[in-house]
Amino acid sequence: MVDWQYSESIESSDIVSIKKKYSNYIGGKFVEPKSKKYINTISPSTEELLSKVPLSNEQDINSAVKSAKEGLEVWSKLTPNQRSRYLFKIARLIQERSREFAVLESLDGGKPIKESRDFDLPQVAANFFYFAGWADKLDLSWATKSLKPYGVVGQIIPWNFPLLMLAWKIAPALATGNTVVLKPAETTPLTALLFAEICEKAGLPSGVVNIVTGDGSTGSLIVNHKDINKIAFTGSTQVGKLIQKSLAGRDVGLTLELGGKAANIVYEDAAIDQAVEGVVNGIFFNQGHVCCAGSRLLLQESIHDQFVKKLEKRMQSLRVGNPLDKNTDIGAINSKEQLDKITSLVNEGVDDGGELFQTECELPGNGFWFRPTLFTNVQPSYSIAREEIFGPVLTTLTFRTPEEAVEIANNTEYGLSAGVWTEKGSKILWTADRLDAGVVWANTFNKFDPSSPFGGYKESGFGREGGRHGLLSYLKASS
Amino acid sequence: MKNMKTSDVLMQWSNVLEMVYESRIDSVGLNERVNSLATRSIKKDSKLEALKMIVTMCDLTTLEGEDTEGKVSQMVAKAIKPNPLDTSVPSVAAVCVYPSLVSVAKEKVQNSNVKVAAVSSYFPSGQVPMESKLLDTKYAIDSGADEIDIVINRKAFLEGDYRKVYDEIVALKEVCQDVHLKTILEVGDLKTYENIRKASLISLAAGSDFIKTSTGKLSIGSSRQACYVMLKSVLDFESMTGIKAGIKVAGGIRDAKDAIRYLVMINEEMGSDWLNPELFRFGASSLLDDVLKQIKKLQTGAYQAGYYFPRG
Repeated sequence: MVDWQYSESIESSDIVSIKKKYSNYIGGKFVEPKSKKYINTISPSTEELLSKVPLSNEQDINSAVKSAKEGLEVWSKLTPNQRSRYLFKIARLIQERSREFAVLESLDGGKPIKESRDFDLPQVAANFFYFAGWADKLDLSWATKSLKPYGVVGQIIPWNFPLLMLAWKIAPALATGNTVVLKPAETTPLTALLFAEICEKAGLPSGVVNIVTGDGSTGSLIVNHKDINKIAFTGSTQVGKLIQKSLAGRDVGLTLELGGKAANIVYEDAAIDQAVEGVVNGIFFNQGHVCCAGSRLLLQESIHDQFVKKLEKRMQSLRVGNPLDKNTDIGAINSKEQLDKITSLVNEGVDDGGELFQTECELPGNGFWFRPTLFTNVQPSYSIAREEIFGPVLTTLTFRTPEEAVEIANNTEYGLSAGVWTEKGSKILWTADRLDAGVVWANTFNKFDPSSPFGGYKESGFGREGGRHGLLSYLKASS
Repeated sequence: MKNMKTSDVLMQWSNVLEMVYESRIDSVGLNERVNSLATRSIKKDSKLEALKMIVTMCDLTTLEGEDTEGKVSQMVAKAIKPNPLDTSVPSVAAVCVYPSLVSVAKEKVQNSNVKVAAVSSYFPSGQVPMESKLLDTKYAIDSGADEIDIVINRKAFLEGDYRKVYDEIVALKEVCQDVHLKTILEVGDLKTYENIRKASLISLAAGSDFIKTSTGKLSIGSSRQACYVMLKSVLDFESMTGIKAGIKVAGGIRDAKDAIRYLVMINEEMGSDWLNPELFRFGASSLLDDVLKQIKKLQTGAYQAGYYFPRG
């Protein structure tokens, strides 16, 4: 018998040149922050300092919003066809430099290169291509011609899919004629700043895209700025609520894409081996840092033992480690803060009485890591069954009948996504009809397409991104 | 490998039927998994190790009407010493020939570790009465075959007569006794993943030591997808009976890169127990030459011309 170990197969990081210090991108130029303050951005897989980015203050936000307002003068006078051409150009430039973006994304955020290369970057380009196609067809898309862009849009995005969330935000906003001030997440600002170079290369009129970095305080300055016409936020439900509060009473549009605690329902008549794969992909994709992750596994009691056995075996083959190794399945947890949160929720799950299974893989010494984790013997009342863990932790619940499955699935404050596994078509439709979730995947999970609207029910937010619905998030009725 | 006696009842027919009718496979999900395993990047030492493993797992095969004693002798010599200029290259697992050439092959392998496998039961079609299949198999065994590769009765299978498929394999296994039995499903005839799974489970329950993808005589030979269906069946069979059965992939595996992808799949889905010629084989005629070339490339950095490698 042999123990065949794969040799390291590292994607070279020579292709990226990370500056020692970055500036904000305002009015088509890289400008040093008036705050004169910076924050560090590190690589979560090594804890190495990668660079410093501005901690923008009120003056910085003022000049970014002012520039977006000026940009609007130019952008709104272009023909839809001209705007479309800029977006196509951006899409092509991203494709040309996709390896560079992918490596930088994995360095700064910790996700495996396999995912940044094969998922994030193709999706980023696809979103720009898709919305480029809409830009000159807006007048034909609705019965009314009285839909107009909001104007200046503030966009605040999370750290789990840094560049993809940027694409989800910027592409539809520009296609509908808005200009933007975008703030990337504190821990993952680098690909957004590289994207600023793409805007420059594409010759995008100055002020149309402005990128400012910072922390939560910077985000709040954008939200509270008097000249912002709309806020689009993706992140935690907690922050989403704060934003909604501060916008109450103001004539500012808002879309929120927040947390989730998706049920992945596996019926006894599912194709079991493929369901195991789908469940693994549902929770361990991107270290579980996915708002629509299938974090609650709902198993029909009759297949529980067999399924869990297969799942545990499959989990053992997950390769955790260096995000730049092409054979890595699970990379680093994005930050120390997130690792602490995951750890504390998992400890709570054990204290509550959940049965813990973790894979035996070796973890690197430096950096932030968490073993793929499965909880069985969990009651719906445990916090690991209710709170969004946002990490590689799967919680198993059981059910007896389809009615009970739906009841448990909907017994959550969230409603972003869900999965249904059965080979019986009628059961898929019956179940999907009854789930309060923005996306329901059948016999698959975590599938995305720019043409498919994404968004939540209940505390998972409102508004849709992607598809024709996604355009409406950046348009409002006007007389 | 645990020796199975046909007198041991592995599974009641009703259990076999139950498994067979519960063969549910989602082809989209299956393809996705198989394709994602194909993105593994196998380099440097791990590649060299894989290439040498592949050599030890090869069943060097010639199954033509034009086969002669001379042709088989050439092949056996190559099977024993695939690369005479590099002694670090191991022998292959077996040579695979028609029954009439078993005695020649057996004489030539002599003291080496190379086994002699014979295709029987009227390979490749199997369209003869059972008596003939038994005679064919008995002849190969009497001539000294260490391993027997039979074909399942696809006529019966596609007509839905699963019991007949099962009974025939049971009868052939009885002739084989301790001779290693590999059962060829001919996945190119079965077409659907469900059919491949059904045929796998029937063959395993009937006492096959190995299940094998293809005869190599159809334009559709082995595929990684078919192998995946089979390996899942083997694992499910193991969890029910405790018996570890083997898999042989054959037909259309021409280069080292493809063969490594099969190994990755076996490694990650089945584990290192199966990375072993006792439980995993490649049936191939042209694969070996590419593997030898790739070994040389890893050692020297350059591809050598074909004429540096002996003819088989």
